[in-house]
Amino acid sequence: MNIRVYKDKITARLMGVIAFLSCLILVLIIAGLYYRSRPVLELKPFLELLTSGSWHPLRQEFGFYPFIMGSLWVTGVAIIMAIPLCLLTSIYLSEYAPGYLREWIKPLIDLLAGIPSVIYGVWGVLVIVPLIKDTIAPRVGSFSSGYCVLSGGVVLGIMICPIIIHVSLEVFRAVPRELREASLSLGATRWQTIKQVVLRKARPGIMAAIVLGLSRAFGETMAVLMVVGNVPRAPGSLLDAAYPLPALIANNYGEMLSVPLYDSALMLACFILLLVVLLFNIVARIVLIRIERQM
Amino acid sequence: MEPETHIRVKNLNVYYGKDHVLRDVSINIPDKRVIVIIGPSGCGKTTLLRSFNRLVDTVDGVRVSGEVMVDEENIFDPHVELTHIRKKMGLLSQTPYPLPMSIYDNVAYGPRLHGIKDKKKLNSVVEHYLKIAGLWEEVKDKLHTPATQVSIGQQQRLCLARGLAVEPEIILADEPTSALDPKSSRHIEESFLRLKKDYTIIVVTHILRQARRLADYVIFLYCGELIEHGPARQVFESPREKMTREYIQGVIS
Amino acid sequence: MDRRRIEENIFKGLMIVSTIALCLILVLIVAAITFKGLPSMRLSMITQTPKGGFYLGKEGGILNAILGSIYLAGGATILALFLALPVVLYLNLYARRNGSIVRLVRFCLDVLWGIPSIVYGAFGFTIMLFFGLRASLLGGIITVALLILPIMCRAMDEVFSMVPRGLLEASYAVGATRWETALKVVVRQGLPGMITAVLIAFGRGIGDAASVIFTAGFSDAVPNSLFRPAATLPLAIFFQLGTPFPQVQNRAYASAFILTMIILFISITTRIVSRKYTRHIIK
Ligand SMILES: Nc1ncnc2c1ncn2[C@@H]1O[C@H](COP(=O)(O)OP(=O)(O)OP(=O)(O)O)[C@@H](O)[C@H]1O
Ligand SMILES: [Mg+2]
Repeated sequence: MNIRVYKDKITARLMGVIAFLSCLILVLIIAGLYYRSRPVLELKPFLELLTSGSWHPLRQEFGFYPFIMGSLWVTGVAIIMAIPLCLLTSIYLSEYAPGYLREWIKPLIDLLAGIPSVIYGVWGVLVIVPLIKDTIAPRVGSFSSGYCVLSGGVVLGIMICPIIIHVSLEVFRAVPRELREASLSLGATRWQTIKQVVLRKARPGIMAAIVLGLSRAFGETMAVLMVVGNVPRAPGSLLDAAYPLPALIANNYGEMLSVPLYDSALMLACFILLLVVLLFNIVARIVLIRIERQM
Repeated sequence: MEPETHIRVKNLNVYYGKDHVLRDVSINIPDKRVIVIIGPSGCGKTTLLRSFNRLVDTVDGVRVSGEVMVDEENIFDPHVELTHIRKKMGLLSQTPYPLPMSIYDNVAYGPRLHGIKDKKKLNSVVEHYLKIAGLWEEVKDKLHTPATQVSIGQQQRLCLARGLAVEPEIILADEPTSALDPKSSRHIEESFLRLKKDYTIIVVTHILRQARRLADYVIFLYCGELIEHGPARQVFESPREKMTREYIQGVIS
Repeated sequence: MDRRRIEENIFKGLMIVSTIALCLILVLIVAAITFKGLPSMRLSMITQTPKGGFYLGKEGGILNAILGSIYLAGGATILALFLALPVVLYLNLYARRNGSIVRLVRFCLDVLWGIPSIVYGAFGFTIMLFFGLRASLLGGIITVALLILPIMCRAMDEVFSMVPRGLLEASYAVGATRWETALKVVVRQGLPGMITAVLIAFGRGIGDAASVIFTAGFSDAVPNSLFRPAATLPLAIFFQLGTPFPQVQNRAYASAFILTMIILFISITTRIVSRKYTRHIIK
């Protein structure tokens, strides 16, 4: 056989294997984290771990409830803040802004996406925390150190905007121009067209964008860790400190590994995080692939 | 005698970036008949049609000069209220694009925009226009299914009904049958012939036989220039311009 | 009748406000970091490693972290490139176009892209335990490579899928094999895009903290071995900010300023290298 053809065959095989391996990473991550969290799962049933509020590693009590609530609070605030901001911005960019403006603003938003989370964290400590401590908390008549759910949510809300906007813009782009024209030619204004045609058509994709943002927020570690206060108690208000799952992992892993089962419990936290994020991502991606295929 | 007219085009020029797509087009579109715009591909037929209800400049980078007067209003005047001008014209595109809602809501979309809220009134409007478009019998039992679930030919007639429901005076149709099977095409052509006593119908086509079947009045464009226009019989039987004759005989395309 | 005009204008106003707000936030972040960080900037910050008592406010700089981050992100980028290139070539040249394998791989990459870096960190740590590695530069490189692999793949995938089919066919037509076509046509054609992808991945690698917190460890020395712990810039910022001493905290701001400038430099270079391939920068 010709040596060139032979070379081609080998590289083809090799590349196929590498591509396959890169998919395998996903499986390995799931399997690895599950394997490492098994010891603590054998100690107590999964549901009990999720709903128990007592976190005393030394007594081998691993209740994730406060951390899960911390994650939910912070993510909730972030998404509530991000949704209007992102929707308005992406509608503006896709439906109203002239082309040159869009081409100017999109890179700025990409730049926002490129800023490392630790920088967002520093910024949160510099700007948001004092703002909440000195201005917002006193105004609502309560006290807060500033390191609280609200700060975490605000910082996160800003961090997830670029991804939501980016995906939303693609979704809007997939709405056929003719559909807009059909509505305009019936005498609808632009805004009516957006409300009743574009948004309706784009709804599944927008949902997917939001879910992607949500999962981003759920897994974000550093920035949140730096501003939420990290108190292992389920928060009761926006001005309470929280301790989301990723912060728990980052803060404790590597230390106290001599405590039995402690690292397994942290791995379980990781595994929970992974499951949630996987679920969100898979659903969102399936929706987006459908949309892309229609295009 | 000059026929009555809704649309007067004066020295219309359209540019896509640097491309000069329509060159100095001036024409009065006669009323209440089928006007067919013919010409080779890329000569600006769609662009001309889309200037009548000012959809041309919804695209980035388009520049327009000249006037299009619709009922004595220059629609390229920046202060003009576009929605009521667009309401005067129904648009039928190359492939049907039903709005993402039910069949009923598609037809009711326009009337609702223009303030009809009464349920009974809407029902009768929807029924009326679906009948005019020749679709009522086929869809009357599934009015509330999504409009994308009927056949493509039915979708095109639905789009016609949707356009008619805002009571336009003019129907703009851009190669309305090019995506359809022969039977659905015939449906559409028949509706045009039925409707032309009440509406002005402007059709873009590059099927010459269809043009002959439909046209009362023909506009021939070539490379963005208006070469010839006149009553169908005259243009088809004895064109004044050599280029028109060659196009009709199939020498140029 | 004019109510709809008013409504449209209100919403349009809101849209413009929120767009401006987002752009303004970017400016505010950079401004706040610069404003706080610049006054504490000393030349020694970037030329010296921490001296004794650095974290109590004594002399020194963060050269260890700057170099550590560059080594780490650089190593990870190279490693990821060696994995990503075959994957992407496979997707675009070898596998059947839009076949189920291609779709599956792309789907997996998209899902991997969405996995948070802390999970990569924990997974990397698990691997290291498995192989008996301690927190080290190598461990960090492997983990960060896994983290940026999907980013790089998706960015390069977009570039390669934009290489015109005709060009490939022309190459096949003169009797080139797919491998030769890959090397001589696709890689050359996609070079600017590949550089973009590499820069994006490098930027992501240099800025990520959660994945290296237990895999790369931390060390005050400039890394000189793959098997020793290495400091990274994000962690240096994090640790300095966590001390109770104002001078050290100020140096954290200065470090944050350095990191921000590095990231901005990379982002802007990326934009200049290629204005075309931007779809997957953050997707
Ligand atoms: N959105 C656009 N951007 C840039 N150029 C355009 C655009 N739309 C049309 N053109 C150009 O304008 C010219 C006229 O286009 P138009 O669509 O009006 O032609 P047409 O006569 O309708 O052609 P066809 O018979 O193929 O539909 C063409 O040369 C086309 O390339
Ligand atoms: Mg056309």
